[in-house]
Amino acid sequence: MILRLAIGSLRARGLTVAMTLLAIGLSVALFLGVEKMRTGAKASFADTISGTDLIVGARSGSVQLLLYSVFRIGNATNNVTWASYKDIAAQPEVEWIIPISLGDSHRQFRVMGTTAEFFERYKYRQGRGLELSEGAFFTDLFDTVIGADVAATLGYSVDDPIVVAHGIASFTEHKDQPFRVSGILKKTGTPVDRTVIASMEAIEAIHVDWQNGAQIPGQSTPVDVIRQMELTPKAVTAALIGVESPLQTFALQRQINEYPEEPLLAILPGVALQELWAIVGVAETALLGVSAMVVVTALIGMMATIFSSLNERRREMAIFRAMGARPSTIVGLLVLEAVLTAAAGAILGVLLLYCGLTIAQPMIDNAFGLWLPIEALSLRELWVLFGVVVAGAIVSLVPAVRAYRLSLADGMMVRT
Amino acid sequence: MSPKDPIINVEDVRFRWPGRASFALSVPGFSVARGETVLLLGESGSGKSTLLSLICGTITANAGQVSVAGKDLSKLSGGQRDKFRADHIGMIFQQFNLLPFGSVFDNIALPLRFSPERRSRVGDVREDARTLCSALGLPDVLTEKASTLSVGQQQRVAVARALIGRPPVIVADEPTSALDEASQSTFLDLLFEQVKAHDTTLLMVSHDPRLGARFDRVVSLRDITQIERRAA
Repeated sequence: MILRLAIGSLRARGLTVAMTLLAIGLSVALFLGVEKMRTGAKASFADTISGTDLIVGARSGSVQLLLYSVFRIGNATNNVTWASYKDIAAQPEVEWIIPISLGDSHRQFRVMGTTAEFFERYKYRQGRGLELSEGAFFTDLFDTVIGADVAATLGYSVDDPIVVAHGIASFTEHKDQPFRVSGILKKTGTPVDRTVIASMEAIEAIHVDWQNGAQIPGQSTPVDVIRQMELTPKAVTAALIGVESPLQTFALQRQINEYPEEPLLAILPGVALQELWAIVGVAETALLGVSAMVVVTALIGMMATIFSSLNERRREMAIFRAMGARPSTIVGLLVLEAVLTAAAGAILGVLLLYCGLTIAQPMIDNAFGLWLPIEALSLRELWVLFGVVVAGAIVSLVPAVRAYRLSLADGMMVRT
Repeated sequence: MSPKDPIINVEDVRFRWPGRASFALSVPGFSVARGETVLLLGESGSGKSTLLSLICGTITANAGQVSVAGKDLSKLSGGQRDKFRADHIGMIFQQFNLLPFGSVFDNIALPLRFSPERRSRVGDVREDARTLCSALGLPDVLTEKASTLSVGQQQRVAVARALIGRPPVIVADEPTSALDEASQSTFLDLLFEQVKAHDTTLLMVSHDPRLGARFDRVVSLRDITQIERRAA
């Protein structure tokens, strides 16, 4: 009966209670949404590259190697000579090896030289492969395949010409050897979206007339001549390696790290990704912190609502008191009310979250390549909801204690 | 003029509201016999609400003794007093007696929630509430929301609530002041009918001396209390 009366009392103050409910619901949805984004982003991030067992580059730090080889952020300190590359490729543990050559750019996007095998070996999000949304993979020397973001930002379609600039953010262009867009990749949510991919040979070809980072003055080898040349790269920036058996990964890693001819570094992408996440994850935690503050604000709002309702409810409390209710019953009533509100708010929040997720999931996947799975609430999220209800109860103790004092002082006299 | 078997007995009581030094009430002696109906006459500000609160045990005297049904209220703890009040006293206020959002039935049954003793005297609560309502001339309104009733009907529901479980004492604080004269008379008829039928003690406070004829005894608050007022 007390529960029924508490619900009745809440319903009687429907509008303010509905506002409080909405505030709590929205904040809970926001909090859970951010949490979903966070875990989704983390999972997407950890799945940026999968299926690759080792990444090899010149000796530097593992995060740095990961940044430039996978995320195309920053530059390689050094290259790996073609001889070393061939040497590693010849190791019996190596099932496949794909060279990566970086250093040129097109507009704000990096150009990556690689082999056609890249399209088949590069995996992301638990083994998903790269797919074309239109066009074809390389058919000609000067063909490029561009990522979805590149195509969307620059408005390219298949057969459009591309002039590659030497270096990054540079004005010297490889004007003499323009490329053609042969294919556009589907959105992946990985750095591949922001990459212009060309063949190793093409990267070599556009640098035929270049030496020490500058064009040899007056020299311009005609494209026809270049096509006849032996375009073996002199060096690669990094290489992706798949091993025959996962058990050999560590042995091969050590072997490469102790390679006597040249200082090299081999990293396990998963481990390096986690190291990197530890750095960028701080932002996510900050976001989570902010949305937690929003929940706290909503709860304080509820406290304010209860507070402001106290005066108009002194009569209600006097009636309860006259019927023999203890002051503690009054406290219990207010706390019960807050718990009901918070619980209903939490449920509303969950509903809002799932509605939002259902609507936004394909959009977010398209726009950011971020896949947010719609699944049952995790234990952690249930704890969060429970926490909201408990926090609601705790917060309501403040006005409840005031009600306790009021009802002690008022006795049965109703002052309104 | 102390009755032989007082159900309410107030002796040498002094009370001062905490934090309000300007007002103090003292009651040298006042008592009500079991089954008696007493009208306390007093203007507002004459200390009647304070006296009622003392008798109901929501406040305690600074000195002296208030006993109800033979129990010295000052000897009970706060929680015990609340329980005692639930068991022994049915309360009727001036107006706005009911929880407006609750059903009539919930309002009537509310005291039983706090008094297992009164609950045990009632068999089927809903049946009892219905009987009380019809005895008080109310239509079948048990499931209606209390706020949909007229003021007169609400006051009768308040009577039903005070009577349920048959507490020995009914305390009424100006229960007729919100009613017009015709309703007042009907209201009192019904109240007295119930009180007499169950030999319940009735202590009513009013400023209206015309009501006095129905009561066994009319007491003017001025005669039994002294109020000290100092400029605050």
